Amino acid sequence: MRIRTWGTATVLAAALLTGCGAADGGDAVGGAAGGDGSLGGTLTVFAAASLTDVFTGLGEQLEAEHPGLEVQFTFAGSSTLATQVTQGAPADVFASANPGQMAVVTDAGLADGEPQVFTSNVLEIAVPAGNPADVTGLADFAREELTLAVCAPEVPCGAAAEDVFAAAGVDAVPDTLEEDVRAALTKVELGEVDAALVYATDVVAAGDAVEGIAVAEAEDAVNEYPVCVLTEAPNPEAARAFVDLVLSAEGQAALADAGFRAP
Amino acid sequence: MPLPLLVPAVVAVAFLVLPLVGLVVRTPWSDLGPQLTSPGVGEALRLSLVSATLATAVSLVLGVPLAWVLARSRIRGRGVLRALVTVPLVLPPVVGGVALFLVLGRQGIVGRWLDEAFGLTIPFTTTAVVIAETFVAMPFLVISVEGALRAADARYEEAAATLGADRWTTFRRVTLPMVAPGVAAGAVLCWARALGEFGATITFAGNFPGTTQTMPLAVYLALQRDPESAIVLSLVLLAVSLATLLLLRGRWLGRAGAAP
Amino acid sequence: MELDVDVADGEVLAVLGPNGAGKSTLLRVLAGLLPPDDGRVEVDGEPWDDVAAGVHLPPHRRRLGMVFQDHLLFPHLSVTDNVAFGLRTRGAGRREARAAAAAWLARVELADLGARRPGQLSGGQAQRVALARALAGDPALLLLDEPLSALDARTRLTVRAELRRHLGEFRGSTVLVTHDPIDAMALADRVLVVEEGRVVQAGAPAEVARHPRTDYVARLVGLSLLPGTGEGTTVRLDGGGRVTVAGETAGPVLVAVRPESVALWPVRPEGSPRNTWPVRLAGATPHGATVRCELEGEVPLLADVTAAAFAEMGLAPGAQLWATVKASEIAVYER
Repeated sequence: MRIRTWGTATVLAAALLTGCGAADGGDAVGGAAGGDGSLGGTLTVFAAASLTDVFTGLGEQLEAEHPGLEVQFTFAGSSTLATQVTQGAPADVFASANPGQMAVVTDAGLADGEPQVFTSNVLEIAVPAGNPADVTGLADFAREELTLAVCAPEVPCGAAAEDVFAAAGVDAVPDTLEEDVRAALTKVELGEVDAALVYATDVVAAGDAVEGIAVAEAEDAVNEYPVCVLTEAPNPEAARAFVDLVLSAEGQAALADAGFRAP
Repeated sequence: MPLPLLVPAVVAVAFLVLPLVGLVVRTPWSDLGPQLTSPGVGEALRLSLVSATLATAVSLVLGVPLAWVLARSRIRGRGVLRALVTVPLVLPPVVGGVALFLVLGRQGIVGRWLDEAFGLTIPFTTTAVVIAETFVAMPFLVISVEGALRAADARYEEAAATLGADRWTTFRRVTLPMVAPGVAAGAVLCWARALGEFGATITFAGNFPGTTQTMPLAVYLALQRDPESAIVLSLVLLAVSLATLLLLRGRWLGRAGAAP
Repeated sequence: MELDVDVADGEVLAVLGPNGAGKSTLLRVLAGLLPPDDGRVEVDGEPWDDVAAGVHLPPHRRRLGMVFQDHLLFPHLSVTDNVAFGLRTRGAGRREARAAAAAWLARVELADLGARRPGQLSGGQAQRVALARALAGDPALLLLDEPLSALDARTRLTVRAELRRHLGEFRGSTVLVTHDPIDAMALADRVLVVEEGRVVQAGAPAEVARHPRTDYVARLVGLSLLPGTGEGTTVRLDGGGRVTVAGETAGPVLVAVRPESVALWPVRPEGSPRNTWPVRLAGATPHGATVRCELEGEVPLLADVTAAAFAEMGLAPGAQLWATVKASEIAVYER
């Protein structure tokens, strides 16, 4: 699987060198990837909660390549992180689950260069293992007798869900508007809701307890993940190395494994 | 006043009050009117007050007897029981919400039976809000009342017994009136905790305007999109709870506290 | 603590002993607040406790009234409701119970204070309310736990006299525990002296005082109590004779003289103090290094003298002596 996606990712990585990391040229990329041992100190990454597994793995990899480097993560909702960054949190890298919260940071002049979209995510229907309510598609979200969870319109997955429902012409009747995708998924895992509209990555992360049903209409609401190095970064070299790792073939492969799609 | 007490006290006040001042300062006052009159806010506020009050009532009915058992009975394993009762205090509320699912959810131990026997499902209803708030807030009442019972002189209960009162009559006519200030304080704590409850509620009851969306949930979600309106909503919640507590203090706690 | 005791109807039994002798435990067992390790408690033929038979009547089913050391009036109830409490628990209606409580308050001369809270009462008033509360339920057994010890010395005198009157009117049995010999002597028909968990002596107060069986009892209950009538600084004793006291009194009083304050002389002493009386030695009981002398005469007294002095004076029953007591060492109580 890694091999299959490798080619695509390489192309992407090459193309993106003109983006966020481009300002400081390709040397930094090469240096970091090559593991010449020049990186040290602490790297602090603020990343959307959905990136927890992938980024943790990438962080360990970077640490292995640079024994003097310690990578610390804060995983939370993108808006929470954006607020913390604008309030002066000492972060090096910010990876958002949507362009809107990245805009909060760029508007504040805190992004070093243009943020780069490094991956994307689409909505999928999550149902408990065995699909007890026989959910087949988006239309089932209009069934009153089912217990249904959708993200609240205030959070990104909810905004995306609204778009998808509108595009599909489905008059959804959810029982609960969840504060984040993780909360919605927990309720699916526990079998307390018959279906929830969540991200494809979340379905993968949930393992066997949850089954995913692809939603054709979701293609209209692809959620893009931008990342950038922050202007106030205490450790900009390590920050660039991490961003480059995310954009590299290896990083993209790890993201694909977790259910993310190419940007 | 001795400085070693005064200085930390002043620091404590500053520590507790300054964040509130921050909220007040940052409030976009011009938005206050429209926010207050928007139907969603009124609905969330009403739901918050009603459910916190119901949760307090349930906590009183169940928690005061529990406190009595912990303070007065001689049953074995009382220490373990007390520790168990305080678990909701240390449990992250979200975990508490999941735990409630496991018992009262559609697939839960009790919930499954309720569903099969009566067609009754609790999650995602206002009942679920009350249950989640009660779960998290009742320990505050129990601990407070138990403390009051322990501090109360049990010999008054003996005096009542020599006057022909059985234990239930003694509880009603002597014990309860004597610990009334403790019960009142516990109820206020319980109510305040229930009013601010977020984690267990959003997990077990979900979030739907009008049915399960209480003020803290509304505030949290507003924070995702529009921090300024979140501040306004917080301030509304703050003002209403402060007003309620001050009113109660004057009427209820004040009277109970005046008794010698 | 082990003891075997019968209390007749109308009788007042005082259990006298030092603090920590187990007196309060006895009361708690009688009240049913503490199950006995062994033995029986029977009142009016009804077994309240019988360990062998597995009988233990809970306190609220025993027909008793109890006055606690610090009264334990319910602070949240009015004085009237405190007194009515026992009537209400035994089934009386609110109105009926309040009326009966008001009558009891009148009997203890507190008719005007029914609406007050216990916190607004003086110590003496609280004691009277506690007594009214205990008696209002018409108990078969009245238990008094150090009933006067919470009061200051002055109040104690008047309350003691009142208590004596009420106990005299009470038809049931009374058990009173106290560490104060004056309470025991003044209130009880019979005294039981306990020491280290056992009864060391029992009998009528005067009898116990006259013939103390141990040094402890002698020290505890050596008081001579003489009834008389106060006339200024003089008390005219009912049995004849006059006693000069330090303070002014009027009306019926009790004069109390401690045996160690009585001095004995073979001849009338020079420049006699005013309290000098001729006496005859009626009996002598040695205890420890002292001898308790029982003296007869116009002013019957108990006197303690050292064994050495007793021998030196060659005292024998029937000896004629002079007894003197300083006015300042004589206590006077209203009765």
